[in-house]
Amino acid sequence: MRLNLSQNVRSALRALMANKLRSALTMLGIVIGVGAVVALLSIGTGAQASITNRIEGIGANLITVFAGTRNQFTPSGAGGGATAPLTYEESQQLKGLPGVAAVSPQVQTRAPLKVGKNQENAQVVGVTPDYSIAHPDQLDHGRFISASDITGKSRNAVVGSQVVTDLFGGLDPVGKQIKINGILFQVVGVMKSQGSGGFGFSRDTTTYIPLTTAFARFSRQRVGNQETVSTIEVSATDSDSISTAIQAITDKLAVLHKIKPGEANDFTVQSQADILSAATQVTGVLTVFLGAIAGISLVVGGIGVMNIMLVSVTERTREIGLRKAVGARRRDILYQFLTETITLSVLGGIIGILVGAGISELVNASGAIATVVSAQSVVLAFGFSAAVGIFFGLYPANRAAGLKPIEALRYE
Amino acid sequence: MIEIENITKVYQMGETEVRALNGISLKIEDGEWTAITGPSGSGKSTLMAILGCLDSPTSGVYRLDNVDVAKMRDDQLAAVRNKKIGFVFQQFNLLARTSALENVELPLLYTSMNHRHDRAKAALEAVGLADRMKHHPNELSGGQQQRVAIARALVTEPSILLADEPTGNLDSKTSKEIMELFAELHQSRGITVIFVTHDPTIAGNAHRIIHIRDGVVV
Repeated sequence: MRLNLSQNVRSALRALMANKLRSALTMLGIVIGVGAVVALLSIGTGAQASITNRIEGIGANLITVFAGTRNQFTPSGAGGGATAPLTYEESQQLKGLPGVAAVSPQVQTRAPLKVGKNQENAQVVGVTPDYSIAHPDQLDHGRFISASDITGKSRNAVVGSQVVTDLFGGLDPVGKQIKINGILFQVVGVMKSQGSGGFGFSRDTTTYIPLTTAFARFSRQRVGNQETVSTIEVSATDSDSISTAIQAITDKLAVLHKIKPGEANDFTVQSQADILSAATQVTGVLTVFLGAIAGISLVVGGIGVMNIMLVSVTERTREIGLRKAVGARRRDILYQFLTETITLSVLGGIIGILVGAGISELVNASGAIATVVSAQSVVLAFGFSAAVGIFFGLYPANRAAGLKPIEALRYE
Repeated sequence: MIEIENITKVYQMGETEVRALNGISLKIEDGEWTAITGPSGSGKSTLMAILGCLDSPTSGVYRLDNVDVAKMRDDQLAAVRNKKIGFVFQQFNLLARTSALENVELPLLYTSMNHRHDRAKAALEAVGLADRMKHHPNELSGGQQQRVAIARALVTEPSILLADEPTGNLDSKTSKEIMELFAELHQSRGITVIFVTHDPTIAGNAHRIIHIRDGVVV
């Protein structure tokens, strides 16, 4: 190449500067595309990291048991298999199994919470004191549901940090009263903020009440004489005994549910790792999906580049003719126009990365999701924008290079 | 030395064929100063484009310094245009938003020559524009623009200078000055100068006049 690169880039910049508004608008397409890729991927990655963190933070060595064979992340009712509900009685029989440290049966329901004139619908979970063993270090102040709350079916409640903000105006609610589903409860404790996990996953709006109170006041579901629970969380003694505990729980429940050998279980025992991998899969798909949408805008931006370069080639037909007349070869013209599109898209790519990182930083600062701009996404977006420049620049550049000098010179 | 034999150029205009050159033969020796004249539509500009390797003939032989250029590939022709031929247009064809100096440097971008700046400066000095190097074309008069174009044609030190109606866009006083410049370049450099004009006064400057009509020499 007789024309050296810096000269080519300089003349490309000059050509782009000659039409500042047009170049800027064309670049905007690339900026938006690359910015969207970087920002959305960072949000996706951030959501993934945050969910992983939160699931890991839910409780160490946690095993979740629920009725049916559905996956936790598929809508209820989907997935097949006979469903027999789990009962409180069954949960008590899991205590003392090998590897089992604590058993926390739970009833989950949504109910209106009301404090004075403030009202919101929130998750209400009936729990036993074992919940605080399965989920250690989650109480901020006050006390958790106690054994005497269970025996006395007391109307004491422990509220999530978001409930304090939403309903108590941020004031300490301990000792104050809250109406849950129209029934007056006394707040005895406040949970720590767990941070938002996105996807409506937050436990900060959850209110905890004694399981027996939940049975008496909310849950009407019974099997025969037995109260049913939504899930049973089991804490394994340590990480090594998780699989032992899962096996023991599965065997025990199979006996209780009278599952014949060879028949499918009508319940699911899941470890943290299972939930984690399911969640990671979902968020992974989501990230790819977001990236793909952003990718489409990058392609649209690329078509904008091609459009402008075609206009530019047509406009500068005489210039191309002159350059050829004074000795430019086909490839000199090709390089010239390719350099222009690549300069355009690479500049747009750099600005786009900055804009995307800025958006990501804004989302981060807003506290919704802790976003992570990964080096991979930057390299991907940058490489993609350069590729867009080459791909969509090649056709106009080739068209310019193929012009006959005399025809190009006579072009009006 | 330029030798063309039996050159034809046929344009397809829709259904009809237009024969711009109809079997023209010519021989121009090194260092000649030649004018090509003829009425409009006689094919003189087409001949000029072919002589300048900007266009290829439909048939016939074109030998430039004993090399047949009629059959050369595009990139080879580009090299010939770059090294052997300087071309001056009626419309000047300078790049806007580019200084006179950079316009003159343009052909050097496509050569392996170094000292581009110095060569371009020397060419501008030779056409009397040493004090206008940084000016852009829109800051120059028509005559000055054509001088820049001539400097551009000379910068690669070609052996042949071709000019298609070089004075067509200029007033008579400026035209005279441009023709004087051609005469000077021809004399001082021994360069072959061929120009097209329809103006008999301008043609009278040349040592040899070739008349063309209907695509043949008359």
